[in-house]
Amino acid sequence: MSQSTAQLSEAAGDPVPSIAGIAAAPIAVRPPPGVASSGPIGWARKNLFGSILSTIVTLLLAYLLVTLAIKAFSWGVLHAVWYVPDLGNATDSSACRNVQGVGACWAVMTDNYRSMLFGRFPYDEQWRPALVVALFIGLYIVSAMRRFWRKELLLIWAATLIVIGVLMFGGVLGLSYVQTDSWGGLPITLILSTFGLALAFPLSVLVALGRRSTGMPAVKYLCVVYVELIRGVPLITLLFMASVMFPLFMPAGFNPDKLLRAQVAFILFAAAYLAEVVRGGLQSLPRGQYEAADALGLSYFHKTIFIILPQALRMVIPPLVNTFIGFFKDTSLVVIIGIFDLLLAGKNVLALPAWQAYSTEMYIVLAGIYFVFCYVMARYSRGIERDLGRSIRR
Amino acid sequence: MSVTASDPRLTPTRQAPRKSLQFSWSDPRFRSIVWQIIIVGAVAAIIWYLVSNTSRNLEQRHIATGFDYLGRTAGIPIGETLLPYSPSVNTYGWAMLIGILNTLRVAVVGVVVATILGTLIGIARLSNNWLVAKLAAVYVEVIRDIPVLLQLFFWYTVCQSLPGPRQSFHPIPGVFLSNRGLKFPFIDWHDSYVWVLLAFAVGIVCAVVISRKATVKQNAVGVRPSTWPLTLGALIGLPLLAWLATGAPFSPDVPELKGFNFAGGFSISPEYGALTFGLSIYTASYIAEIVRSGILAVAQGQWEAAGALGLRNSTTLRRVVLPQALRVIIPPMTSQFLNLTKNSSLAVAIGYQDIVSIASTTLNQTGQAIEGIATIMAVYLTISLSISFIMNWYNARIALVGR
Repeated sequence: MSQSTAQLSEAAGDPVPSIAGIAAAPIAVRPPPGVASSGPIGWARKNLFGSILSTIVTLLLAYLLVTLAIKAFSWGVLHAVWYVPDLGNATDSSACRNVQGVGACWAVMTDNYRSMLFGRFPYDEQWRPALVVALFIGLYIVSAMRRFWRKELLLIWAATLIVIGVLMFGGVLGLSYVQTDSWGGLPITLILSTFGLALAFPLSVLVALGRRSTGMPAVKYLCVVYVELIRGVPLITLLFMASVMFPLFMPAGFNPDKLLRAQVAFILFAAAYLAEVVRGGLQSLPRGQYEAADALGLSYFHKTIFIILPQALRMVIPPLVNTFIGFFKDTSLVVIIGIFDLLLAGKNVLALPAWQAYSTEMYIVLAGIYFVFCYVMARYSRGIERDLGRSIRR
Repeated sequence: MSVTASDPRLTPTRQAPRKSLQFSWSDPRFRSIVWQIIIVGAVAAIIWYLVSNTSRNLEQRHIATGFDYLGRTAGIPIGETLLPYSPSVNTYGWAMLIGILNTLRVAVVGVVVATILGTLIGIARLSNNWLVAKLAAVYVEVIRDIPVLLQLFFWYTVCQSLPGPRQSFHPIPGVFLSNRGLKFPFIDWHDSYVWVLLAFAVGIVCAVVISRKATVKQNAVGVRPSTWPLTLGALIGLPLLAWLATGAPFSPDVPELKGFNFAGGFSISPEYGALTFGLSIYTASYIAEIVRSGILAVAQGQWEAAGALGLRNSTTLRRVVLPQALRVIIPPMTSQFLNLTKNSSLAVAIGYQDIVSIASTTLNQTGQAIEGIATIMAVYLTISLSISFIMNWYNARIALVGR
């Protein structure tokens, strides 16, 4: 065996190792292991059946997964009801009732998708919120592309947000006026999170800079108290404050609508958390950057705008996106003060007698919508983190 | 001699001349003072404006101020109470206390469950077994990207759609799972159990002492003496002796189906169950990521060195990697604990009566919104600061002690 392998290696042109003219004994090449150590089988042996315990766990989990998958398929696809006959005003969910417990009733979504996505917006005008959602998504996509990261992006944002406001409110250009009380569904979720972050972010930068300031102790402690106070209490208390206490704060007769009050609470809440993220970026910047800017004789304003913020903000993009994801999810809390966001619009469908029993299906659909938005953002944040890591490592 | 005295290097460094404050825009100190006055003044003006509006509005609406209402009879029915409570007798203050305890009950149990679950899943995500690692990853990705409120609604619906008491799941005798919650047998409280608890506390002290002594011996000899028989004796034997000495009182409290509901036993309500379960599941997904990144932060060489010393994988994890990973894990973990505590305020959405729920009922009844919300904020700030304090203390304790 060893002879044949030695011959083989010679035939392959491998020189026999020799030190100072003395030929070393050729090292016997060991035969390859009997079973594949590479390829799919080898991979499975290594990663699924590495030890007895691992094998048992794999088999057990595989069994559970397969059973679950078969059940889910049978419930969600095979026996599911996708549509129910439309009888004008009344809905006939008897088809769903017939398969209750056996199959899913996706009709709860297909029959109500418009009230789920757009809430109580006037039915004939619902192309407007639909367009708003499309605009929002377009805005996110454009903002995510690095080739658009320049000053003009701010203009694009301002223009888009104004168009969105016009589309939602109406009252101009022949669009009928719609009050915020009738808004609902996905646009509310997107408005709360986007406007909230767009306005909270500048505020958070100011607060972070204030908290880092050394020469102005009064401003510093003001910022510390603000950030710690807001971060120490749940968002719900702020929303309660907006809905119950805000009318008391305002002069008599001035009563802004509920959505605006919630939006203000949300901005104040988001700014405190974002300020901590931004502060992290400011702290991670080497002192030399501050000192070099001072040595160049730049004013505080120039130093901050041209030297500090561009570097600090770039560094905190991944945690910023993660914070955005958190706020996007947290917009669902406005349900508690009765604002018609996506979640409450969905729950409202469940309040209809015909659809009461299909909450599982409804929650799965709602979770799916939230999941898609958050997952895409999370993937994006990870990609950015990798790219930034590459430039830092270089 | 005089040469050294005149050595210029030895002249004491003089302080830079202290410049007096110039009342000019080119003096940075003057600028900062002006800015501070402007900013603080603006904030104070806004606050004064809000306060004056508020006091005028309160006067116009004839809303009382102050915390007098805390002493009035509450009249709020509360489903779950840890302390005795009756709506017709007890005061608002007492009701709030019960709300605080209900919040803490969720927070404490949630933090413990989420930590255990999150640690297991975080470790599972690093498993050599591909299937285990992938499942853990899917769990983390899915749970993290769905709003916690939606998850709570979902779990609450699941709890509500369980069969009624008469058709309840009944896996083992005495345990019932129905839409009224989970009922299981418990032991009736006897006063002599105080002695048993006391004995248990003594047992814990003994166990700590035994462990300390074993460590001293291990440091001296190199081999850790076997301690488990003594520890077991201290932890179980002492309470058992105390129980026997006080006459071994024991009366089980088994739930029974009576009419349309259960009587007796220990019960977990659907609201409490859904809230604690949902929050634990949600927070565990964050804790799993923290634990995973903490373990990954420990250098690979530590694993290899432990392997070279012949330690098993589990021992390496427990004795070498986790203690080092904890330093990375603790600060973000603290903020997750705080998040869980703050998220417990979502109880109000599924009808569990925590402090937010009770305080908001109170403010609806009394109209005293400011006091109600101030109470909620004070409670959460106190809890948050306490958790921060405890975790900072723990963090300082396990921090790497440099030379």
